[in-house]
Amino acid sequence: MKAVSYDQQFEFSGKAKTYSLIAIAIGLIALVLGFLSGHTERTFANLLLMSYYFASVCMQGILFCAIQYVAQAGWSASIIRIPQAYAKVLPYAAFILIAIITLGLITSHEVLEEGKKIVEPYLYAHWATKGLSVKGSENYDAIIAGKSVFLNIPFFIGRLIVFLGLYCIFGALLTKYSNNEDNLGGMLNYNKSFKMSAIFLIIFGFTTPIFAFDAIMSLEAHYYSTLFGWYNFAAMWVSGLSVLTLTVIILRQNGYMAWVTDNHLHDLGKLVFAFSIFWTYLWFSQFLLTYYANLPEESIYYYRRWEPEFKPWFWLNIVINFCTPVLLLMSRDAKRTTTLLKYVCIAVLCGHWLDYYLMIMPGTVGPEGRGFGFEEIGIALGFVGLFVFLMLTALSKTSLIAKKHPFLEESLNHHI
Amino acid sequence: MDSTKYILGIFDDPDEMMKGIDNLKEKGISIYDVFSPMPIHGIENKLGVKESRLPIAAFIFGCTGCTVAFCMLYYMLVHDWPQNIGGKPHFAVPDFVPICFEWTVLFSSFGMVFTYFYANHLFPGRAPRVMDLRATDDRFVIAINAKTNTAHDQIDSLLKEAGAVEIKHNDRKYVSYE
Repeated sequence: MKAVSYDQQFEFSGKAKTYSLIAIAIGLIALVLGFLSGHTERTFANLLLMSYYFASVCMQGILFCAIQYVAQAGWSASIIRIPQAYAKVLPYAAFILIAIITLGLITSHEVLEEGKKIVEPYLYAHWATKGLSVKGSENYDAIIAGKSVFLNIPFFIGRLIVFLGLYCIFGALLTKYSNNEDNLGGMLNYNKSFKMSAIFLIIFGFTTPIFAFDAIMSLEAHYYSTLFGWYNFAAMWVSGLSVLTLTVIILRQNGYMAWVTDNHLHDLGKLVFAFSIFWTYLWFSQFLLTYYANLPEESIYYYRRWEPEFKPWFWLNIVINFCTPVLLLMSRDAKRTTTLLKYVCIAVLCGHWLDYYLMIMPGTVGPEGRGFGFEEIGIALGFVGLFVFLMLTALSKTSLIAKKHPFLEESLNHHI
Repeated sequence: MDSTKYILGIFDDPDEMMKGIDNLKEKGISIYDVFSPMPIHGIENKLGVKESRLPIAAFIFGCTGCTVAFCMLYYMLVHDWPQNIGGKPHFAVPDFVPICFEWTVLFSSFGMVFTYFYANHLFPGRAPRVMDLRATDDRFVIAINAKTNTAHDQIDSLLKEAGAVEIKHNDRKYVSYE
């Protein structure tokens, strides 16, 4: 049995703090420059991308905890504090996401479309532009009018607030129970977590597809795909797992969490590997059906992504998110090689940024405003910094191990 | 001359057997094999069992399956009998993917099963070879090659010390179910 110092506390200072603050500063500069240089549309799209990514990684933290509780998993008991720290960051992420979406909906600009001047909001112009669902208006669109019962601004924002609020509440409950467990011990808090996790999973399972339909799919409101919600769910889960693996590896490399062995990393690596395949499976299912059926309202989605400026990225997406983890993480030794696992996780995270980029950009930014430049990189860096800063602050508040977790002993002696 | 071929230390507790392995290794006595009715964590590392090569076989079978499916589809749909299906080109790669995927899975799973059977001499009509019958029931067995490890008395006492319930000196390697 290993001697574990149960009172290890993460200390958030030094390089990690400096670099994350610098990253936030870069993000803010990129944001201001983006707005000043006239790339407002593109900056809004990038903000939506990163805040959605940010929120989904935090949501994944709660989901991970909930799955571990419901499955009564033992192996993860010694790392459960890390996804809990993500859960604690979700309120900030949710606030930023809702604020950006609201701002994007209320600010508007004038665009020329087929010779007509139309005043469009920066985000969700495909359904939120005034007059789209008003009969007799000059930009009346019968399809959007039919969807306006669901896609109207008050209900849309309301849904986002309710969903994210629910996730925040469950995240807070699970972290609270776990912290109480540290003081009290016993099974009471574990049993409560089990019950709440089961309820959370049901709510989460039904609401995340709608969350993805709202936040991302409705950017191109004429298009619909029932798989889209699950496809986004897979992206969320695998990117969250990569962040989790990366956090564990980096903490361990800095001398924390000595109790995490190659066996824990092997399990995390397996999850990243498996769910990369799952993501590809859903991505491909959506693509193949659209390709095969070739219905205009569906194939427009891929038609846009096959325009010359997106096509290389479209294929690169598959290479990074499927080929990289599958080929590099296939063997047992690879999953137990910390450095390799770390770089694959970084690649998968970049890959899922690209995935979201391809989901969001063609529907939000007009042909003249597209590109890849300081807005993309700067805003992505800014959000990474923000996430690291908030997450590590949350992590430093409690001890790094759930010391009275009933399965802790099993996790410390985990062997595969 | 002693006709003992194998010495079997039979335990009724896996922890005691693990202790027995340690005792023997400490004295430099090589262990031929260990039999257990259930998987024991960490025993492969302790015995220095080489990692299975089954995953490599699986990978090769998978590649074979993918290639075979691709060639078959190409021959049928592009070369031998091209048809117009939904206005798609004859060589429509996305349509090939599900079948190639399924054949990859099919070949690698069947390939693994048959490789496993072949490597372990398992096929119909083959009498199973076991060194002790109760190793498949409730006993944990350490087998030591008595020809290469000649200090039989020392082995006996080491096994006893660790808590062996029974020690057998077998003249034959296997007792089969025949």
